[in-house]
Amino acid sequence: MIADLALYLGGVLLVAGAAFSLLAAIGVVRLPDLYTRLHAASKAGAVGGGLVLLAVALVSQDAAVSIRAVIGVLFLIMTTPVSAHLLARAAYIAGYPFWSNTVQNDLEVEPNKIPPHQ
Amino acid sequence: MSAAFLILLMAFIWAAITGNFSGLNLVFGGLVGGVAVMILRASLRQRGELARLRHIAALTGLFLYELMASAIRVALVVMRPDITAGLRPAVVAVPLSVKSDAEIALLANLITLTPGTLSVDVSEDRSLLYVHALTLASPEALIAEIAGGFEARVREVFQ
Repeated sequence: MIADLALYLGGVLLVAGAAFSLLAAIGVVRLPDLYTRLHAASKAGAVGGGLVLLAVALVSQDAAVSIRAVIGVLFLIMTTPVSAHLLARAAYIAGYPFWSNTVQNDLEVEPNKIPPHQ
Repeated sequence: MSAAFLILLMAFIWAAITGNFSGLNLVFGGLVGGVAVMILRASLRQRGELARLRHIAALTGLFLYELMASAIRVALVVMRPDITAGLRPAVVAVPLSVKSDAEIALLANLITLTPGTLSVDVSEDRSLLYVHALTLASPEALIAEIAGGFEARVREVFQ
């Protein structure tokens, strides 16, 4: 009974995770510049991957696999924002332009900003 | 967090990752954990742990909720047929009230995984966090949201 429930719940999570991963990929293609694309890749991507790992934990019915899958989710959540932040920072320092419709850019007006092209 | 507790925790995580809870593997995990704790001992300060657990739990709950909300919001933006009409990207300088490296790092990571915001950089003097917003309503609202939400919780955890 519990095992069946875990299987069905795992299936739902798997589909949801796959959907978020697909939307993250579509976002990376459709959004206008690197900074906005990172929003899709970091958030929807982390949630998508995390949900798939949770589904693995539920479907595997094996404690060793489940624990590793849950730890995998934690590592994903801890490392995704770091890589997104580093990509955004590296792109800014390298001088990658913001999308032309960016409504406000405090990096350009603040006196103590990190200079581009350093 | 006492060093002994940390080493035990690391031994357990090691056994969990390698999928082998035999005595020998736990001892090996403990040895690896011991070396890691020795290397990092300068940055592991003693604090009243139990009092902080409640704050950590509150922060984790808020974070998981915001993460799901964030993914759904990005998904909705991505699915719009006219994608650029819904976007108001902006970089906003958010003043920081937290000062230590650990607090700023935690706050920056939390911001990156929450709705519509991505931390890009910290100013040289650590007084400003540059946040990229996907759909900016107003800079004041964004700053107030961060200061009243995650920043307050992060400060509670580190006090």
